[in-house]
Amino acid sequence: MKRESIERKRRSIGAFCQNPLAIIGLLIVLALALVAIFAPLIAPYDPQAIDTFHILEAPSLLHPCGTDSLGRDCLSRLIYGARISLLVGFVAVGIATVVGTFLGALAGFYGGIVDGLIMRFVDIMLCFPAIFLIMAVIAFLEPSIWNIMIVIGLTGWMGVARLVRAEFLSLRKRDFVLAAKISGASDFDILFSEILPNAIAPILVSATLGIGGAILTESALSFLGIGVQPPTPSWGNMLTEGKNNLEIAWWLSVFPGLAILITVLGYNLLGEGLRDFLDPRKD
Amino acid sequence: MDFFLWLLKRLLALVPTFFGITLISFFVMHLAPGEPMSIQADFNPKMTPEMRQRLRAQYGLDKPLYIQYGRWFNGLIHLDLGRSFSPDRRKVWDKIRERLPVTILINVLSMILILVVAIPLGVRAAVRQNSLFDQVTTVLVFIAYAAPAFWVALLLMLLFGIKLDLLPISGLHSLMGYDSMTTFQKVLDWSKHLVLPVFVSAIGGLAGFSRYTRSSMLEVLRQDYITTARAKGLSERKVIYRHALRNALLPLITILGLSVPGLIGGSVIFESIFAIPGVGQLMWSSVMARDYPVLMGNLVIVSVLTLLGNLLADIGYAAVDPRVRTGIQEGD
Repeated sequence: MKRESIERKRRSIGAFCQNPLAIIGLLIVLALALVAIFAPLIAPYDPQAIDTFHILEAPSLLHPCGTDSLGRDCLSRLIYGARISLLVGFVAVGIATVVGTFLGALAGFYGGIVDGLIMRFVDIMLCFPAIFLIMAVIAFLEPSIWNIMIVIGLTGWMGVARLVRAEFLSLRKRDFVLAAKISGASDFDILFSEILPNAIAPILVSATLGIGGAILTESALSFLGIGVQPPTPSWGNMLTEGKNNLEIAWWLSVFPGLAILITVLGYNLLGEGLRDFLDPRKD
Repeated sequence: MDFFLWLLKRLLALVPTFFGITLISFFVMHLAPGEPMSIQADFNPKMTPEMRQRLRAQYGLDKPLYIQYGRWFNGLIHLDLGRSFSPDRRKVWDKIRERLPVTILINVLSMILILVVAIPLGVRAAVRQNSLFDQVTTVLVFIAYAAPAFWVALLLMLLFGIKLDLLPISGLHSLMGYDSMTTFQKVLDWSKHLVLPVFVSAIGGLAGFSRYTRSSMLEVLRQDYITTARAKGLSERKVIYRHALRNALLPLITILGLSVPGLIGGSVIFESIFAIPGVGQLMWSSVMARDYPVLMGNLVIVSVLTLLGNLLADIGYAAVDPRVRTGIQEGD
């Protein structure tokens, strides 16, 4: 039994390494993490430094991604923007995963009325186009980066809840759960120390895929002016600048979008790779 | 008869969901620090405590919460969503109603585009699994998933609107000389303005749908009845389009219903970029102006639209798949 599982693990690590797309995803994710962590060392300029002598300059050796309408270096702003995007992505997905796992676990484990109520709540939440709900909440709160993360998290847990519920439904009748029950474990222990570890793989996959989605949502909100507020550089609010100067400065529209594209692509590729790696049942 | 019983049940199930939607919307409205009208009041230097109290009474904010909800709900089912905070003080429902057709038109057009393009792509990718075509579409799908729609919109505006000067990049129709156009010219003018918005709002759906079609087709092509159809000597074309595709499309109906909120949500983005006077733009401007009645009205109307979209998808599914309405599952 044990050897079999080691064998399977080795095979799936092999599969992960042979999946070039997953490797690309992993490399992108690692590279971005390094960029975000070491931003002050990598960035050639201060991202907030205004330079009125070099306004809206096209990309050159001095400014590889050009400068914006205040003469700020775009490359440096992109590098610092990575911090914002990753922070929002991780915290928002963290919140969504915790809420979704908790509610999904309760629904799947207890069934009956609890399940009915929670799943009806999920259905109702899914009726709101997420961005409308987020915008409505943001209008009442300050559009600060913390509020954005919380709101994106609290409107994005439904998928995880469904997933965890399904896992718990299929696991709750297993022998090890029965054994834990007989030995007098509390419901809390059974839910979170016995069953949950068996459901970690799909949760991890969905969280990885969720990060890309959260980054996209943040950038859209910032682009619309109700997300991360300038002068803090975020890829979304840099694109607002791009839109305002579309006819004279293409570089302001091209590079921040590319940064978002590459980041989201990285997390999505990694997530798909992880799915094959951790969960060979599904293709 | 089965079908009508099923439909009745399905319609009844809408009632609690609708209540839930209104409850959550109402809850969001009361998230405001202070009260929905506090911002209006805070910006007015002449506001005295007495006036504030009068304003509270005027909006019914001095009543207990459940009475406020009752009043709001009662207004809602009579399509009375209150009046806008903006200087025109117009009825919220009127503001939304005049903008709904444009948003629905663009969403329906992009849904048609999605179906017409994504299904053949997905079928081809499935039939030639692992071919070059399959691999190229897979890569494109990944890119389309990861690209922010508003960025693609900017790039298309840059390319087609500014560099090539082929397509207009804002509004629904030309401003100059529109009134003197013939009907045909007007239609042409509208179409030109709609090309980019419809395409942009369809990108995500195109990627998703071609992917779902592909995996659904792969699933069906493994079934015994496909082997049977082939063994009977039917042409490959007939096997794929007659036998396989029809069954592969079934689960896609549900996914189409589920994609409604995403499509409508996208309206906020492309309507603000392309300056299209639809519900999304109204939402955006009411967030910017903190026009709470319009905001909440929008939230409720849009989620009810989603509810209806899901209902239509379910009806479509039940109409083609008798297992749904009879409640008989495989293996029963």
